[in-house]
Amino acid sequence: MPELIIDGQPLRVAQGTTVAAALMSAGDRCSRTSVSGQRRAPLCGMGICQECRVNVDGLRRLACQTLCRDGMHVETRP
Amino acid sequence: MSRPVDLLIIGAGPAGMAAALAAAPSGINIALLDDNPVPGGQIWRDGPQAQLPGLANDMRAQLARHPNIHLHSACKVVALAGHKRLLLEDPERGWLLSYHKLILCTGARERLLPFPGWTLPGVTGAGGLQALIKGGLSVEGERVVVAGTGPLLLASAATARKNGARIVRVAEQAGPGAVGRFAMGLWQWPNKAIQALTLFSGAYRIAAHVVEALGSDRLEAVRIQMGERVEEVACERLACGFSLVPNVEVAKALGCEVRDQAIVVDNWQASTLTDHYAAGECTGFGGSELALVEGRIAGLVAIDRQDQARALWPQRERWQRFADRLNRAFALDPALKRLAAPDTLVCRCEDVAYASLVEHGTWSAAKLNTRCGMGACQGRICSTAAQTLFGWEPPVLRPPFSPARIATLACLDEAEPAA
Repeated sequence: MPELIIDGQPLRVAQGTTVAAALMSAGDRCSRTSVSGQRRAPLCGMGICQECRVNVDGLRRLACQTLCRDGMHVETRP
Repeated sequence: MSRPVDLLIIGAGPAGMAAALAAAPSGINIALLDDNPVPGGQIWRDGPQAQLPGLANDMRAQLARHPNIHLHSACKVVALAGHKRLLLEDPERGWLLSYHKLILCTGARERLLPFPGWTLPGVTGAGGLQALIKGGLSVEGERVVVAGTGPLLLASAATARKNGARIVRVAEQAGPGAVGRFAMGLWQWPNKAIQALTLFSGAYRIAAHVVEALGSDRLEAVRIQMGERVEEVACERLACGFSLVPNVEVAKALGCEVRDQAIVVDNWQASTLTDHYAAGECTGFGGSELALVEGRIAGLVAIDRQDQARALWPQRERWQRFADRLNRAFALDPALKRLAAPDTLVCRCEDVAYASLVEHGTWSAAKLNTRCGMGACQGRICSTAAQTLFGWEPPVLRPPFSPARIATLACLDEAEPAA
């Protein structure tokens, strides 16, 4: 069971969980802040809409296409 | 630069997996790309809360047994890089890959249409919610509304219910005539009839569509038009999808002909571009059975086994008839084009509202004046919506086809000039 850090908060998830699924059950359950300041959450779940783009260990990744790994740092805020 | 592969297949859903397995016995060198972490596509998406059918597991095991199939997961096509060469990126690196033949199995995405409140957290696609649940999202004890059109609504509702959600409404926009005729014809495809019965939900209503999602920071309720009246349903999630649209961006950029939003193919699954084939949902929405047989045909034709491919034509025809019936039954009600309010965002990347788009006559004019479609999704969501709403033809995508690292783009320097 990997444990990752989402916006500074630890979260333990089942093996094979996507980062999108993980962040929808942590903090404010959002993935990013839009250009006009709205908080947004994953939408399409399949790599198209880019609403779930987050910072994973310093790189911009799509949360829905990234699997959680132990010690991973995920940031949803700019 | 690596040696060219004999056959490149983009997309490892049912069509791409079937194409690879059909071509593999010839011994040719095959590269199979997919942007997800594991093969299976959307319908066979794996995860902690996914239950894959036996066929999906069998095909995955077979892929692993063929030493000449090289699976590249979590890998995206970033740009064209000359004649029969593409720029690719995965989490570790960017690189160029040349090929002799290409089969596009790029699948389809959900059509997402704007309505007031659709940007609220808690609102997802219908297939989107299903994908997120399979990927480990807990919906235990949540009230879920599923809305939009097509059989995917019931499949999504069934997945949510199986994982502990309470399905408070399934709103299908199609009317009683269309849905009835579709259901009556299902006996011709017994496995589909059984599937429909298994998935059926008591919360299912036809001629019903979402009007508005309500909430301040998150979704709290949904307003649904049901005939003359509007019902308001409290819920934690709204899963909303209006059928599927083929992913044709790479095909268009390559120069394959695209008609009615689908890649044009002949009986051999060949596109209008020599040595380029297409199979599955990217040639028109038809379900996994059709995708599998189209994939097999494409794979066989790519290794010049036209005789074996021809033997599969009747099977393809049978599933094509099912697809045609499906697409007729779930045609969109024009009322769905009028859901957005003036301040409803249409472009979610650049936060462009409906009112500022509607005054423009074409996609290009709207884009130049408002920045719609210029964000990270490259217009995949809003240009599809604008096509449905205004009839604007979506543009040929400019590279990079999806956000890429600078180091990846630098690989283009090693690409020779296009032949």
